[in-house]
Amino acid sequence: MRRSWWKILSVVLLVYTVVGGFLIPVPRLAIVNETIRALYFHVPMWFGMVFMFMASTYFAIQYLRKPNNLLDIYSNAFATIGIVLGMLGIVTGMIWANYTWGSPWHGDPKQNGAAIALLVYFAYFILRGSVTNQEQRARLSAAYNVFAFAAMIPLIFIIPRMQDSMHPGNGGNPGFNTYDLDSKMRLVFYPAVIGWSLLGTWIATLLIRIELVKEKIEAIEDENAK
Amino acid sequence: MAPILALLIKESRLEIRRKSVISGLALYLFSTVFIYYITFNLRQNLITPLVWSALFWVTILFSSINTIAKSFIGEKRGLDIYFYSLVSPDVIILAKLLYNFFLCVLLALTGFGLFVLFIANPVGDHLIFLATIILVCWGFSASLTLLSGIAAKANNSNVLMTVLSFPVVISVLLLAIKVTKNCIDNLDRSVSYDELITLLAINCLVTAVSYLLFPYIWRS
Repeated sequence: MRRSWWKILSVVLLVYTVVGGFLIPVPRLAIVNETIRALYFHVPMWFGMVFMFMASTYFAIQYLRKPNNLLDIYSNAFATIGIVLGMLGIVTGMIWANYTWGSPWHGDPKQNGAAIALLVYFAYFILRGSVTNQEQRARLSAAYNVFAFAAMIPLIFIIPRMQDSMHPGNGGNPGFNTYDLDSKMRLVFYPAVIGWSLLGTWIATLLIRIELVKEKIEAIEDENAK
Repeated sequence: MAPILALLIKESRLEIRRKSVISGLALYLFSTVFIYYITFNLRQNLITPLVWSALFWVTILFSSINTIAKSFIGEKRGLDIYFYSLVSPDVIILAKLLYNFFLCVLLALTGFGLFVLFIANPVGDHLIFLATIILVCWGFSASLTLLSGIAAKANNSNVLMTVLSFPVVISVLLLAIKVTKNCIDNLDRSVSYDELITLLAINCLVTAVSYLLFPYIWRS
């Protein structure tokens, strides 16, 4: 119980996000209208994705410094969850765009950058799938992971900011400040970011445990085969 | 510095000796441009400046991937162990980077010549365009060399090389296409500086990461 406080916190925060996100009044704005509530669900996905990829890259660097199978499993699990959050971010963004921009895929620089960033990490899984030697796979994918993270930074943080975009918060404006007149939205937004990121971490730990159990089963089967 | 030079000279000597590779590349470029020429000749005025720049960069991208892919994939088994015993991995990656950079620039300039000859030369500001070519070739060689090393260690190399490299070089390519458009529209030079500086920054980042990571993939 004491060790799982952050899991409880995650559930509490997410319940608060869903309830508060749908019920607490939001600023009335033309075109955006009620879709501004996407802020509580769409934006935290990207925050979560970046945090997960950061964790994945961190473990990849640790692996390169000191090879250890456990670190590889960690890195892979966080990358998996990161890409799931990224896909959810794209989908929620498309739903939002459908109502405000008129079509799900609008060729906005931010959309394109995000899609390419996801492609980079899909390539990571293809790389993992195509190497059979386990030690080789861990080292190559760790190297590519670090490289991919470095390549992703310009794609989602720099290039979209250099072009005209219809995405809220673009043109140098930090996030939703322009819309958020009385700072009320922050009361839900920040808990949402923390909640979704914790949930992502939780799922990652579950993935890691499944992977470890699988390895144990394999080891036992090998033992029995002898 | 001396071992880097020695490796560079060795690479270029090998390239010149195996004439089939370099002439194969030249033919690849030529055929591509010629196919564009024949296809777009069917209707007049189809190649707008924007189409020109897209075609140009896609051609350069594909031929660079083909060229750089073989910088590790083509090497004989055991040769890397021999190198490993001679020089440190830093030297190898630097030599490969430099060599691929020169090859890429050569490729891009040849490609540009062919485009001018067969299609058109819409570029107004040649100096900025040249700077873009140099920066893009640097970016390509920095990212593709490392990926070619990774792909060579994994088994189904050629497919993997393409899959790994596309997403990574897209950010370089996007900026290049934008600057090329500025060059074609003859905009003031100061408009392109932002993009060029970003390109330079991305290149530095990618080069540093490649340099740091290469020893790890080389070790096996």
